Amino acid sequence: MASRPRTLYEKIWDAHVVERRDDGTCLIYIDRHLVHEVTSPQAFEALRLAGRKVRRPDLTLAVPDHNLPTTARRDAAGRRMPIADAQSAQQLEALERNAPEFGIRLIGDADAEQGIVHVVGPEQGFSLPGATIVCGDSHTASHGGLGALAFGIGTSEVEHVLATQTLLLAQSKTMEVRVEGRLGPGVSAKDVVLHIGGVLSASGGTGFVVEYTGSAIRALSIEGRLTVSNMAIEHGARAGLIAPDDKTFAYVKGRPYAPAGSDWDRAVAWWRSLATDPGAAYDKIVLIDAADIVPSVTWGTSPEDVVPITGTVPAPEDFADPSKQDAARKSLEYMGLTAGQKLTDIEIQNVFIGSCTNSRIEDLRAAAAVLKGKVKASNVTWAIVVPGSGLVKHQAEAEGLDRIFTAAGFEWREPGCSACLGMNPDKVPPGERCASTSNRNFVGRQGPGSRTHLVSPATAAASAIAGKLADIRALD
Amino acid sequence: MEPLREVSGRAIPFGRKNVDTDVIIPAKWLKTITRDGLGRGAFESLREDPANLFDSPEYTGSPILIAGDNFGCGSSREHAAWALLDLGIKAVIAPSFSDIFSSNAFKNGILTVVLPQDAIDRLMTVARTDPIAIDLEQQSVTTPFQDRFRFEIDAFRKHCLLDGLDEVGLTLSRDSAITTYEKHAAAAMPWLAQTA
Repeated sequence: MASRPRTLYEKIWDAHVVERRDDGTCLIYIDRHLVHEVTSPQAFEALRLAGRKVRRPDLTLAVPDHNLPTTARRDAAGRRMPIADAQSAQQLEALERNAPEFGIRLIGDADAEQGIVHVVGPEQGFSLPGATIVCGDSHTASHGGLGALAFGIGTSEVEHVLATQTLLLAQSKTMEVRVEGRLGPGVSAKDVVLHIGGVLSASGGTGFVVEYTGSAIRALSIEGRLTVSNMAIEHGARAGLIAPDDKTFAYVKGRPYAPAGSDWDRAVAWWRSLATDPGAAYDKIVLIDAADIVPSVTWGTSPEDVVPITGTVPAPEDFADPSKQDAARKSLEYMGLTAGQKLTDIEIQNVFIGSCTNSRIEDLRAAAAVLKGKVKASNVTWAIVVPGSGLVKHQAEAEGLDRIFTAAGFEWREPGCSACLGMNPDKVPPGERCASTSNRNFVGRQGPGSRTHLVSPATAAASAIAGKLADIRALD
Repeated sequence: MEPLREVSGRAIPFGRKNVDTDVIIPAKWLKTITRDGLGRGAFESLREDPANLFDSPEYTGSPILIAGDNFGCGSSREHAAWALLDLGIKAVIAPSFSDIFSSNAFKNGILTVVLPQDAIDRLMTVARTDPIAIDLEQQSVTTPFQDRFRFEIDAFRKHCLLDGLDEVGLTLSRDSAITTYEKHAAAAMPWLAQTA
């Protein structure tokens, strides 16, 4: 049909157009809708008030994750342990009431498959290449690691998708971020996306869907690709995308909701056809040399505030833009840092390994490999590992990773969003510093007054041992 | 949604860049199951400073907020729009907005006005002493000093805001087109049209 070469994004978009309007906006069909407890109650309430039903409950999956305590959820007799925060309990109960009322499948708080929606979707084969996937959560960009067009939406849009299974959207511009070359030792997918964020800035991707390409991206595992795409929103991009390939198909095959039989063969044939055509034009191209990427860490309160672990804390005068200078001054004050300080001299009190960015099995393996036979420094008073799902937890326990973590002084927790945003009791105390594998270092993100340094799982583990931000490559 | 034709009054000369939705409304305020009352938590960390703009008698209840580049970045929480509404803010003027925030604002009848930085700088100056007027029909921002800045807005969004239209209702009226698509997709991409 189309003779013009198209990008991956344009192909997925074109395949989902229900109606094209005169002004160029399109009614786009949504294949998969993930729902969690925080951004859905008002959407269900609006449906109820208007007497509307959910158009395709079968394409919708509900999983609580943000509010859940990561301590034990059931007592020995299998009864739910009370959730101390009445409002958290109320949101969980609202989801447990709304899902059956509207005919939506719910993975419950104590089910083996429960976890962070962005870990559960790929793990269950609910998220598929070439699909349009939405969730009332900005890190829905994660699923782009499978080659799905996935993006976060607000609660009004959650309501819109529940009622119509569509969204009215303007097509985004396209950006290619091409990372060529081989990643050095100790450099992970997290370091790649932190580095990209530093290059693009927190607003550099606004209005764009970013496709990550190049040999360094191709070489990443699917879990690594999910990590990269997860943080597309931290450069302001609507979504991240990585073309599906044989690795993707091997990852998806056999998962509970994945296609099977003749559907599988048809699906793979279509997925293969989605790759950006030779000669297709992106609106913007950014080239990155993999050799320039080293273990990276944030120093400030925006994910764009990235420096190499070997570097120093910048001074406000290092920035040309006066408003960035002002922001840097405020960030330094909030973070309690001085310009010129070496990153590896910064002491930490907390370590968080988890979040939709870095809580899959490979992340836990990477951290455990560093921690094996070691113990966290005495100044690190709180260190927790929060697996991304019950299945990740189970797998990690089968491999003995939990025992490595607990022997190193970490707490081994139940799955959920946890200290990434501190909606549950897992918070970083005011004024304290945390080496965190999560995705945002915003003011107060991990709790009021918390000071976050975003790092990879291996760097988090190395920092726990050193008691300071540490270069994984310098560890003996 | 209430129709919105113009917004006029004092504007809060906030001006900060990269204001994320965690700053607009921290996570602890997201535990509500309603849309109301979030103004109390709006800009909580900034309002710890007694000299903050939001609580100054001069700006309390101002219907317009002037911000810097990339306003509303980060989390998709619509609570940010609900919090602004609860503060009385009906329009935000900035050089750029995050995509998700901009959409959330629009769906709650908040007008987001994109203007170049030099226009923002001028409006920030005016806002310290005088009111500002935004006319959606004319797509203009004016001051008592003969300043007039024209802004662009998506025609569909403008139409919905002016008439206070319910987007879910509008799309539900396209039911036959959606059903047609579903039939086509069930044949062409059966693995997407259902979950096993």
